[in-house]
Amino acid sequence: MKRREFLKSMTAMAAGTALPAAPAVWSPAKAQSRQETLLIVSESGPNNLDIHGVGANVPGYEASWNCYDRLISHEMKTVNGTPYYDRDKFKMELADDMKLGDMSVTFKLKKNAVFQDGTPVTAKDVKWSLDRAVTVGGFPTFQMGAGSLTKPEQFVVVDDHTVRVDFLRKDRLTIPDLAVIVPCVINSELVKKHATDKDPWGLEYTKQNTAGSGAYKVANWTAGTQVILERNDAWTGGPLPKVKRIIWRMVPSAGNRRALLERGDADISYDLPNKDFVELKGAGKLNIVSTPYSNGIQYIGMNVKNPPFNNLKVRQAVAYAIPYQKIMDAVLFGLGKPLFGASADDKTEVAWPQPHKFVTDIAKAKQLMAEAGYANGFETTISFDLGFAGVNEPICVLTQESLAQIGIKTTINKIPGANWRTELNKKVLPLYTNVFSGWLDYPEYFFIWCYHGKNSIFNTMSYQSKDMDALIDGASLAAASGDTATYDKDVKGFVDLAYEDMPRVPLYQPYVNVAMQKNITGYQYWFHRRLDYRALVKG
Amino acid sequence: MLRQIGKRLATAIPSLIGVIIVTFVLTRVLPGDAASYFAGPAATPEAIAEVRHKLGLDLSLPQQFVRYVADLVHGDLGNSLTTGQPVINDIAARLPASAELTLIGLLLAMAIAVPLGILAAVRQGSIIDHACRIVATAGVSLPVFFTGLLLIYVFYFLLGWAPSPLGRLDVFYTPPPQVTGFYLIDSLIARDFALFRACLAPLVLPAVTLAIFSLAPIARITRASMLAVLASDFVRTARASGLAPYRVIITYAFRNAMLPVVTTLGMVFSFLLGANVLVEKVFAWPGIGSYAVEALIASDYAPVQGFVLAMAILYVLLNLTIDLLYGLIDPRVRIEA
Amino acid sequence: MSDAIGIDSPATARTVAPRPKQASIFSHARHVIGDNPVTGFAFALFALIVLCAIFGPLIEPYNPLTSDVVAKLQPPSAHHWFGTDEYGRDILSRVIAATRLDLAIAVFSVALVFALGGLSGVAAGFFGGWTDLIIGRIADTIMAFPLFVLAMGIVAALGNTVTNIVIATAIINYPLYVRIARSEANVRRDAGFVQAARLCGNGEMRIVLTQILPNVMPIMVVQMSLTMGYAILNAAGLSFIGLGVKPPTPEWGIMVAEGSGNIISGEWWIALFPGAALMLAVFCFNLLGDGMRDIVDPQRRT
Repeated sequence: MKRREFLKSMTAMAAGTALPAAPAVWSPAKAQSRQETLLIVSESGPNNLDIHGVGANVPGYEASWNCYDRLISHEMKTVNGTPYYDRDKFKMELADDMKLGDMSVTFKLKKNAVFQDGTPVTAKDVKWSLDRAVTVGGFPTFQMGAGSLTKPEQFVVVDDHTVRVDFLRKDRLTIPDLAVIVPCVINSELVKKHATDKDPWGLEYTKQNTAGSGAYKVANWTAGTQVILERNDAWTGGPLPKVKRIIWRMVPSAGNRRALLERGDADISYDLPNKDFVELKGAGKLNIVSTPYSNGIQYIGMNVKNPPFNNLKVRQAVAYAIPYQKIMDAVLFGLGKPLFGASADDKTEVAWPQPHKFVTDIAKAKQLMAEAGYANGFETTISFDLGFAGVNEPICVLTQESLAQIGIKTTINKIPGANWRTELNKKVLPLYTNVFSGWLDYPEYFFIWCYHGKNSIFNTMSYQSKDMDALIDGASLAAASGDTATYDKDVKGFVDLAYEDMPRVPLYQPYVNVAMQKNITGYQYWFHRRLDYRALVKG
Repeated sequence: MLRQIGKRLATAIPSLIGVIIVTFVLTRVLPGDAASYFAGPAATPEAIAEVRHKLGLDLSLPQQFVRYVADLVHGDLGNSLTTGQPVINDIAARLPASAELTLIGLLLAMAIAVPLGILAAVRQGSIIDHACRIVATAGVSLPVFFTGLLLIYVFYFLLGWAPSPLGRLDVFYTPPPQVTGFYLIDSLIARDFALFRACLAPLVLPAVTLAIFSLAPIARITRASMLAVLASDFVRTARASGLAPYRVIITYAFRNAMLPVVTTLGMVFSFLLGANVLVEKVFAWPGIGSYAVEALIASDYAPVQGFVLAMAILYVLLNLTIDLLYGLIDPRVRIEA
Repeated sequence: MSDAIGIDSPATARTVAPRPKQASIFSHARHVIGDNPVTGFAFALFALIVLCAIFGPLIEPYNPLTSDVVAKLQPPSAHHWFGTDEYGRDILSRVIAATRLDLAIAVFSVALVFALGGLSGVAAGFFGGWTDLIIGRIADTIMAFPLFVLAMGIVAALGNTVTNIVIATAIINYPLYVRIARSEANVRRDAGFVQAARLCGNGEMRIVLTQILPNVMPIMVVQMSLTMGYAILNAAGLSFIGLGVKPPTPEWGIMVAEGSGNIISGEWWIALFPGAALMLAVFCFNLLGDGMRDIVDPQRRT
């Protein structure tokens, strides 16, 4: 091919492609008014818009919370000036009325409740959604089970607007469990149209599309880049939200997120390092709200089944060797509630979390190691979840340094986020740091998952104690029957036992930190710690 | 020419097969258990085993490989755990973003490095020559993510000249109607010049970061090539004939020096495409580089496999294009081929 | 009787007249270094880096691993010339300590890739046939990968230790060394001195090791110094993603990666000093490569 001919043909091609393009009318790019839109930036985004979906990640829960309604929700109270969900006071959302029976509860639905496509919300939608929650398996079914909601037979359609939930047993956690994210009410007719034999619950459809009655709907979702939400102007679950449009952008670099906030180009972020929150608060240009995790603890865990951590004195030595205050200062920059250093004559409360009496005391730790027969120390690994490296890594580095002083030589083992649960499940990690928090803010709820001999996956220490089991079971039963005296006794009992045996060493109660422009108000703290867009106001 | 293309493709097949096998093995060796991810946080070992069976992960490696290749032939690259989408859709959506950025970065680098190299060659041994070498080498000596962050800090945070590092386009603009996937071209096709400017602005900083990094090889090869050509007989003749220096250097010398430069450009482009994973992470650029990196960290392997395969195919196509370009620039090469 | 160093071309090999006394390698090197100030600077810097690595523990003012939370995030001062990081560790000490690790990473990566790539390239170029075919295919396959992602994959698969970072760097540089070694060996395959060695009764392997390899070395040495710089940058890139060395090991790359998050909040010293050290080292290796090329084979200088 001659060069000239090639060039000629190239030019012809280029000219050809330029011509057929429609002579577009001069259209300035649509620039939505900055004032009407809320821009949220976070590190990662949803991989599924439906919390029932297989492998749905935590950001997906936020989409689910804001786009779907539930039968009931919580009222707000104020804690330290921040609106905080009231664990004990329920609010009607899709239901109009809630009547508690002996072994059941009956809900009357709002007559004017409609889904976002206009179809009215009926009792059979509620039953279909609750059945789905207990049947799909995975996390949603597990969460439902936490409140003794396990069988579709428990959900009964009484009439078009009345649903009854039958109890399997008396469980104080059943009603609160109906207010968490999982039992959301889905537009069953719409989703059933997209269901197939292989996918009877329509999970593929709800993964990409919201089909609820909630205050917002997802207008556009580019996985990994952004989610665009628009207000549902026909929302009946509460007062109409003030923000019409929300853009949720994924920005992987924390430094950039901070820069965006400081320059006013982003409205809200909650994904920054603690140090940035402290500095931004000091600078005074943004609103920083910090609230303690409800029922949540960052701890150092030890595998108590295998040596050397099966030795109580070794565990106590570790508890005396951890550099608690260094962690509070260097890792949290003060943004956490210490769970150590309670004074010796403090009485145990009926509350969780509460601090233990250990402090950093290297001399005592060394003495305990000697008493345990490990005067020369030993070698082990300390593992952490790389998905939360910002906090976990410095904790491990400081702990490694401190443990070295009492002879425990550790190598740091970074485990990628996606593998963390698998590794924890195997229950062979000797020493690690982890965080656990429960949506239902009750002490026995935490202890059932973390300390009971049932050995759930959250009992990462493989801790077994008949006494502990008796106390936890006792507390649950007492709560269900309303026996406050026994309840208080058992709760204090299991907390004391936990701090005697020290299978895990609580470090602190983490804070949820949110940074907002000064003109943003209406932030509420919820048990799931994600943003509730419905109360936010801009300007 | 068709024979040339065919021959080149034929030699590429074994490499592609090698790439498929190596990626498959690598991702199976990587830590991470998709089964427990799907089974959810509270799954019992039995539940996990069931999910593993459903996903086909309990089959032997050769069986899994056969399945994988069969899927590949159907164009099914699997699903991503982090985005929840089919990998092939993700890649198709994100490839233009990376390609556009890399091309602009490369063009910028060429615009600076080629004149620099010519200048250094023409004034060999002088201050300019040394300065050229130092500048080019300095650019390649800093980690690319560091350069990127520094530029963001100075030009966005301190000076406010650059737009916010939120990705390809400001949130309040809608992208131009898709023709090529390259926002700059598409916005020009749509005759929307305000949008063109809006698409150009976020490109500047990441393109500059990439350009700084790729200055060195281009400048060096231009300089070396020019030096060789400037010492040749026909250039001496051209000078002796009294032609203006400009004509001698540009029209005669440079044209003949271009061949090695074109080869290097090809190498640099493919290097950049793989290396801009870090630039994309820093600038929140929705390209395939950041896609692959995030997937790898999250132990999400289908995207990584898809990315590597896409890159390998692109590399083959690129080499083919370079070969064809060779033939255009230098007829001697065509005759020999 | 082949020259180990010096311009080597078929013309020289066929010369019969006795050679004039050849300048020694040192005086030749001195001449080149003196001629080009930039190269001289590079050699001086290299000497400084090596000294830092060897005598590091003696010159560090503080222990690079001890945290002192009270003194965290302090800007450069008389006490801490380079300031302190978020654990209160002295950055100057860490930068000096990191010299040793980074130099080790650079040197070992290069040694490994030379051993693997250089030898297999020479074998491929010299023996041809199946050896050439197989080694060529392996190199092509590696080349088809986006190299940084391949390094990430290897480190993620094998675990992030220094050894694995070295292995990953060696693997991704393998094709380049194979190509250089192969073309050099190919050119010399039927050179006069090789034929002479064969006539003397040397076996093929012996010829490869004693005749070909020494002639290939000079070109390889040039590439090796460039690769040293690249190895350090590669480790830095891996650290940025979290696949670098394990904390609390001081290494320039991971210090820059960790400090990058602090640039926006104004603690510029945490990333700047290790970044400057890293840049100087890579800069030095690159210029060193140029200088080596000038000494070894001025015809090919760029």
